[in-house]
Amino acid sequence: MLETTGLTAFYGDFQALFGIDVRMQQGETIAMIGANGAGKSTFLRAITGLLPTRREQVTFEGRPIGGLPADVIVKLGIAMVPEGRRLFPSLTVEENLLIGAYGRRTGPWSLDRIYQLFPVLEERRSSPGTALSGGQQQMVAIGRALMANPSLLLCDELSLGLAPIVIREIYRSLAQITAEGMTVLVVEQDINQALAVASRVYCLQEGRVTLEGRPTELTREQIGRAYFGA
Amino acid sequence: MNLLNAVVQGILLGGLYALVAAGLSLIFGVMRLVNIAHGDLIVLAGYVALVAVWATGLHPLLTLIVVVPIMAVLGYALQRGVLNRTLGADILPPLLVTFGLSVIIQNGLLQTFTADSQKLQAGAIETVSLALPGGLAVGVLPLAMFVVAVLIIAGLQLVFYRTELGRAFRATSDDPSTARLMGIDNAHMFALAMALALAVCAVAGVFLAIRSIFDPAIGPARLLFAFEAVIIGGLGSLWGTLAGGIILGVAQGIGAEINPGWQLLMGHLVFLAVLVLRPQGLFPKGSLA
Ligand SMILES: Nc1ncnc2c1ncn2[C@@H]1O[C@H](COP(=O)(O)OP(=O)(O)OP(=O)(O)O)[C@@H](O)[C@H]1O
Ligand SMILES: [Mg+2]
Repeated sequence: MLETTGLTAFYGDFQALFGIDVRMQQGETIAMIGANGAGKSTFLRAITGLLPTRREQVTFEGRPIGGLPADVIVKLGIAMVPEGRRLFPSLTVEENLLIGAYGRRTGPWSLDRIYQLFPVLEERRSSPGTALSGGQQQMVAIGRALMANPSLLLCDELSLGLAPIVIREIYRSLAQITAEGMTVLVVEQDINQALAVASRVYCLQEGRVTLEGRPTELTREQIGRAYFGA
Repeated sequence: MNLLNAVVQGILLGGLYALVAAGLSLIFGVMRLVNIAHGDLIVLAGYVALVAVWATGLHPLLTLIVVVPIMAVLGYALQRGVLNRTLGADILPPLLVTFGLSVIIQNGLLQTFTADSQKLQAGAIETVSLALPGGLAVGVLPLAMFVVAVLIIAGLQLVFYRTELGRAFRATSDDPSTARLMGIDNAHMFALAMALALAVCAVAGVFLAIRSIFDPAIGPARLLFAFEAVIIGGLGSLWGTLAGGIILGVAQGIGAEINPGWQLLMGHLVFLAVLVLRPQGLFPKGSLA
């Protein structure tokens, strides 16, 4: 459903991605791992239209979408949980969730369903989003992305800055989401977490894919080499 | 007695200052743009109303039916065509461009309408007044304008905090790039904010043009009052802006009562006092719901 071919991305003169080829099937959960600065977030930014790319470098549901404006791409069905949650500080929890539905795509996700998935958010619905704990903020960010009723969900470092027990909770809800058929791409530095949820994994190093395969078929050594270089 | 009267007049005039200021603060709030041409756009609205009166013979208040949409469309086009291109990390380009716009509007008005002072004549209703206890008399027209100003500010507050459009405005203001991930088109949002601000300005411009004389060069003075009202009230709160406008109006009224030459001086002094003693304004963001 999503395919990138030779995807490149630049920050001014600095080239961050050097021809990334990734293919995702409907219903798959893919993990992308890599060290700090490998280009994982850049990859997601290029797909969501926050960074310019060439039109044919990204195809989504058979349609070239590379470099379309971000607000158009989300309406086509790609939503993102950005790195660092990025909740809107002047919006309450509920408003943060509602703004996710701004693109008016229809689908299974509604405010009620999000509150079922994360009951604690309903209790805090009138609090400013940024007054919540890190884990709860991550739940809002996930809920906000789901409210867009995407067919592809991109998650950038869900575990960032969270306690292990909270990370497990977040990944449990992600499993519930994928169980309903959502196609998900998770970006992680936490290799174990990523390998546990993904059916396939890509490893990124300095803007290039250095390894690709099924977690069950890859050895620790292969992953270590692809992750750190050497 | 006269002082009380001055206070009442000041409150009524302050409502109009607040209306002008609300447009200024709305634009700053949504896109961090300080619109130097704001006062001139208000004067422009007055001239548009004047032309409408000449062309159709309508009562000046009825011209709002055309002036408000004209200013809103102008705002949308101005933002999309010009001002959006100036927005970015640097706040200097929008300042310079709106300064240039201010000069263009003033000169355009001067060329078209000459430097003569104008006033919109509202007819008999201008002299009708209500007698209040204590021998006070309040003009019906200024009172009605004040009420409309307060209602518009309440309406803006409602739009901002109770509607999807308001949510989108606030989200864009918080974090434009994440707002795009929600499907919000920032360029369109900024243009809608400018359209809304100029629609509000159009009302203020017509009211002010009925209450007092105006000429092509008076815009910067209007901008200054709006600016002072916003600072006195505190940035980012519409009710604060209303309070700021009223405080400014009352200060000017009392100043004029003491000595006719002190009207503006007194307003500036209150403004400076707030800047020195409470630079965040009297009712900063978050202090009023
Ligand atoms: N806004 C930017 N301007 C310039 N260079 C940038 C910018 N953002 C990222 N980079 C550079 O691009 C490269 C890839 O960064 P990216 O954020 O994609 O890494 P990442 O894999 O997501 O890392 P992390 O795990 O730390 O989030 C890095 O070398 C980084 O320094
Ligand atoms: Mg990253």
